[in-house]
Amino acid sequence: MQRRRVLPGFGLSLGYVVTYLGLIVLLPLAALAWKASGVGLHQLLQLLSSPRTLAALRLSFGGALVAAVFNAVIGLLVAWVMTRYRFPGRRLLDAFIDLPFALPTAVAGIALTAIYAPNGWLGQWLVPLGIQIAYTPLGVMMAMVFVGFPFVVRTLQPVLEAMDRDVEEAAASLGATRLQTFMRVILPMLMPALLTGFALALARAVGEYGSVIFIAGNIPMHSEIAPLLIVEKLEQVDYAGAAALGVVMLCFSFVLLIVIARLQRWSGRWAERSA
Amino acid sequence: MTLLLSHLSRHFTDAAALDDVSLAIAPGEFLALLGSSGSGKTTLLRILAGLDYPQTGSVTWGGHDLLNMNARERKVGLVFQHYALFRHLTVTENIAFGLRVRPRHARPARAEISARVEKLLKRVQLEGYGKRFPAQLSGGQRQRVALARALAVEPELLLLDEPFGALDAQVRIALRRWLRNLHEELGLTTVFVTHDQEEALELADRVAVMNRGRIEQVGTPEAIYQQPATPFVCEFIGKVNKFELRREQDRLICGALELGADPWARRYDRAVAYIRPEHLALSASGWKAHLRHIYLAGSVAHLELALDASEQIIEVDVPSEDLLQMSLQPGAELYVEARTATVFPLLDAPGEAKPEDRRVLKPHQRA
Amino acid sequence: MKATPRVSRPVSWPRLLLHILLILIVVCFMGVFLLLPLATVFVEALRSGVHAFMQAIAQREALSSMRLTLFVAAIAVPLNLIFGVAAAWAMTRFEFRGKALLGTFIDLPFSVSPVISGLLYVLLFGAQGWFGPWLDQHGVRIIFAVPSLVLVTIFITLPFVARELIPLMQAQGSDEEEAARVLGASAWQMFFRVTLPNIRWALLYGVLLCKARAMGEFGAVSVVSGHIRGLTTTMPREVEMRYNEYDYVGAFAVASLLALLALLTLAVKTLLEWRYGDQIAQHTPAGH
Repeated sequence: MQRRRVLPGFGLSLGYVVTYLGLIVLLPLAALAWKASGVGLHQLLQLLSSPRTLAALRLSFGGALVAAVFNAVIGLLVAWVMTRYRFPGRRLLDAFIDLPFALPTAVAGIALTAIYAPNGWLGQWLVPLGIQIAYTPLGVMMAMVFVGFPFVVRTLQPVLEAMDRDVEEAAASLGATRLQTFMRVILPMLMPALLTGFALALARAVGEYGSVIFIAGNIPMHSEIAPLLIVEKLEQVDYAGAAALGVVMLCFSFVLLIVIARLQRWSGRWAERSA
Repeated sequence: MTLLLSHLSRHFTDAAALDDVSLAIAPGEFLALLGSSGSGKTTLLRILAGLDYPQTGSVTWGGHDLLNMNARERKVGLVFQHYALFRHLTVTENIAFGLRVRPRHARPARAEISARVEKLLKRVQLEGYGKRFPAQLSGGQRQRVALARALAVEPELLLLDEPFGALDAQVRIALRRWLRNLHEELGLTTVFVTHDQEEALELADRVAVMNRGRIEQVGTPEAIYQQPATPFVCEFIGKVNKFELRREQDRLICGALELGADPWARRYDRAVAYIRPEHLALSASGWKAHLRHIYLAGSVAHLELALDASEQIIEVDVPSEDLLQMSLQPGAELYVEARTATVFPLLDAPGEAKPEDRRVLKPHQRA
Repeated sequence: MKATPRVSRPVSWPRLLLHILLILIVVCFMGVFLLLPLATVFVEALRSGVHAFMQAIAQREALSSMRLTLFVAAIAVPLNLIFGVAAAWAMTRFEFRGKALLGTFIDLPFSVSPVISGLLYVLLFGAQGWFGPWLDQHGVRIIFAVPSLVLVTIFITLPFVARELIPLMQAQGSDEEEAARVLGASAWQMFFRVTLPNIRWALLYGVLLCKARAMGEFGAVSVVSGHIRGLTTTMPREVEMRYNEYDYVGAFAVASLLALLALLTLAVKTLLEWRYGDQIAQHTPAGH
């Protein structure tokens, strides 16, 4: 006897989902694969090895890495303070953590520029001190920190909230100091979520465009990011060059996506299985 | 209408949930499917409800093939283990759901629906609770709403999945008797799944004991308890002392226990005997034993004894009053006598019993 | 989190100082990094007064960009709403081969750079793209025209509703739907009377995030929209164009409308979380 499905709509929902994904996601991906395969590996490497491209890739990946590390540290601190301490305005502040998700990137971009430009709100004080942020790699990273900030906080918060205080009390009763408890008990339990948040922030920062291009100044070899280079190549109708860069960045996204999926499975390994 | 299950098998990717199960359920019967988790009892219930399908076998209900109908066509009443009440609907709306989703021509009028719901609320003793949401009810109340919801469509077959599993002990006992009365009043055929043997024995007309996808025994509660058909049923139902016997010449022996020169005993090399604690008694002769502990449990006391001959630990039930007169202390020397034992011959393959050749007998005892 | 209040032992002075220090660091960081940029938008927009602000947003280009942004969102959001419900139903109510892979593809647009998503569509429909020559022959314009804006917006916002619903429907299980079936409900009765009411707040939440993202998308839209002002200029693009023309007040005026939208989104989102937190699933944040 054929195995029958009890709830209705399997064929309809799955058919719709697969068709939709096929048209919206897979078909365009196939177009990129097609374009890239037409280029050939040798030419692909040549396209990628121009000094300007290499500099852009270095800034996009290196800057994103620095921003994600910074976000991991500050994100852990923010998540900790938000879940463990009570202070006036906490709930309001907590709501604003998601601002970078909600604020369109172009708006964030011009706002950051207005703050850090040499004549800007903070820039006019910082530049005389020798701290130039706008139109430098530092500005690029600043924007990357902004867009990646919510990821670490929002992945850590539920874990911190669900974490049983009993565990800390148990550690204390076994003679651990506060620092030992944090380093040996709390941090290891937070690690999967922390790494997940880090990876999400990294993925976001590498591909970021809107909030970066205004503050970056886009000086080739200095503060030009890879996504901008793709846009410029497309404007010069250099599809092959754009596709080559696109493949590199997309591969990186894929790898990160797989890493994130693994991390999430890893963080679920402590969950008690319900019957 | 008789509910006839024949040769049902259901395999999941890793294990068999049902293995060639056949069962006939008479109209108006109250049947319990008893087993531990993973025994296949819930799978069987879900197949009856139309929420799962067997790979082979058939289910008929008064001659109609149930497997050809989907869940909504079967018109069975099902009470889920965790009730599955619609959390966004009030108690009234939950109960009326099955009537309101009927096609227009079969749907009762608005007034009739509310009259029926009122009647059901009264029946499940929840008058005045109609406007509450499931989250505002206690476990026992939710259980009764689930039952009323299942009864609203006037099913002839009522299925209950661990109906008392999530309730407190006191509520559980009260609801059990109430459910039994309801079953008799409505003349339903009821099948319920439970892992609680006490519940199954107390409530059901017949009990089907399930183990690893098979039905080990079907029978009245008395038959299940007094004449267990397989070693599994012996060990699963009630408390039992287990003795492994092997043949010496023409007798089957285990320490002090001995089965006489029965022609039956000569056919097997090994056997296993089960004796319930209440079928053992303290006496002047019998097996010599030493008392280790006394566990008082109300009217009955459980004595834990060590047999001198085999050092096996056994349990003997004695009325508490008798015990009082004996004023026993741990370490005391006692003699124990068995009234009846259930013996199963064992085949060569380890653990393989031969239940067809079961014997219930009074063992001979060596002095 | 346990709701039982703990009787906390008195906190020692050094510990209290540490708490205050940590709170101060967090407040200062969030003030400078999050709230200052937000404040900047409004202050810059009103720098030349309310009148100039009103004039800036009443310009024809500004109005047409608003119309276009709303139009694009009005197509993309409902499509992804239906997709999200269908995907969550298939993913949480059935077992089938390739389920994990399907989940990966649903998540994919989250981790792809917006510029890359734009690039994908240019390679598909552009002059040198897969369908480019054919489209050109038949006089259909997709790239540098409104259809491409809609397509990339659908791509970018595709996972929002699905990602919101899948964990919730997983946690809720299918008991109630099975109960509805046993009670005789048809497929659509079951969906509209049981499934939909149970997921309504999570659905609203997902739609909210989807809409915010659809209206604010910049990178992907920049790549596919070309430079025909007024025709393919969404609000974020209008901000960029004005900014590049040194019309700062104009740029910030339009930006302030988008920022208001973001604030509104945050407010409704927070309200939903406070009020219906238990009916919205815990999930990993995502979204570009």
